[in-house]
Amino acid sequence: MAQEPVTPLSSLLQDRRERIAAAWLETAAGELRGRITRSELEREQTDVLDTLVAGLAAGGLALTDPAFEGLRGLLGSVSTTRARQGFSPRETAISVFALKEGLYAILSDGDATLAPADLLTLLRLVDDLGLFTFETFASARESIIAEQAEQLLELSTPVVKLWEGVVAVPLVGTLDSARTQVVMEKLLQTLVDTGSEHAIIDITGVPAVDTQVAQHLLKTVVAARLMGAECTISGIRPQIAQTIVALGIEFGDIRTKATLADALVAALRTGKGRRAETSALTVA
Amino acid sequence: MESVPILKIGTTLLVSIQVDLQDHTALQLQEDLADRITSTGARGVLIDISGLEIVDSFIGRMLASIASISRVLDATTVVVGMRPAVAITMVELGLSLGGVRTALDVEKGLRLLDVGEDDAEHLLLDPDGTEAE
Repeated sequence: MAQEPVTPLSSLLQDRRERIAAAWLETAAGELRGRITRSELEREQTDVLDTLVAGLAAGGLALTDPAFEGLRGLLGSVSTTRARQGFSPRETAISVFALKEGLYAILSDGDATLAPADLLTLLRLVDDLGLFTFETFASARESIIAEQAEQLLELSTPVVKLWEGVVAVPLVGTLDSARTQVVMEKLLQTLVDTGSEHAIIDITGVPAVDTQVAQHLLKTVVAARLMGAECTISGIRPQIAQTIVALGIEFGDIRTKATLADALVAALRTGKGRRAETSALTVA
Repeated sequence: MESVPILKIGTTLLVSIQVDLQDHTALQLQEDLADRITSTGARGVLIDISGLEIVDSFIGRMLASIASISRVLDATTVVVGMRPAVAITMVELGLSLGGVRTALDVEKGLRLLDVGEDDAEHLLLDPDGTEAE
């Protein structure tokens, strides 16, 4: 029966379409009041109903059937858009589950031509649609979170040029392996690009320094040194200095300064920075 | 067998490594360099590794031993132009090239060697350092 070109199920739905759409729109619009305009919702629902009927007509019975490929694509894009626009999970799911209200509406009409088995099939299908929508919604949200984390990583590590031959990275926030890696790469690349021989890592904005963070900092300094640049760590607050000593972290021969200003002065005073300092003085 | 050319500029030997080194080429370079330092009486060795994409522990050790050999022969070694990715890898490998001086590019490396020379001349002219500013 399902193999026929136009199955009873699709024509059944098509015949009662007006009634279903009205009840569906009513419920969904009630839930989504203020988030989306009624006409927009109506357009969306018309599209979904169209593809649903088309899918049923093509012989589809479950959402995984190839006949419903168009419907899956449509629902996927709808729920991805919802996720991007910041809709809540409930608001996203309700716009699909409200389709059931449409089916209940035709049931309550006491329509004799509607077989309970057909209705069950439709209800199951709607459940599947809802689950699929929700799944897409969740994965879209996850990808948004991943994107934002990446952007945050990029944003939070600017490398600024302080003086001719002196660059600085003001670190703000907690340091972890991933972030340090980005900082390290960006800093080293900037050293090459600008030909700077002095780098200052300012950790004023780093709330805590533990052994791991110290390890990351040391690695960055050693890598910079391998490339022929000298690195100074500045902005070590009193509490952090105490923690560092208490933890027994050895900074070895790495230069540390209390403030960024001290570090800049020190950088300009060193042999490598002397040329820059004299040229700056000449300019002044 | 291909070998790495060694160029002499004044009292400095310049080695520019353009392609990733085979182990035997690296060993050959090490020997050639020792020979050239003795024959030319060079005071500085500049190794440009900006063309190297990969520095493994073998090359890292080669650089360190070239530096040691040069030091014995009274020449300063400066490794220049290490790429950021290479530097990160070396740190991860635990290779810190102890005893090797580094510079960002050939120009800065030459300046580093010049400064050393100037200091030496300075000492020759003014052994007590009384004239120091």
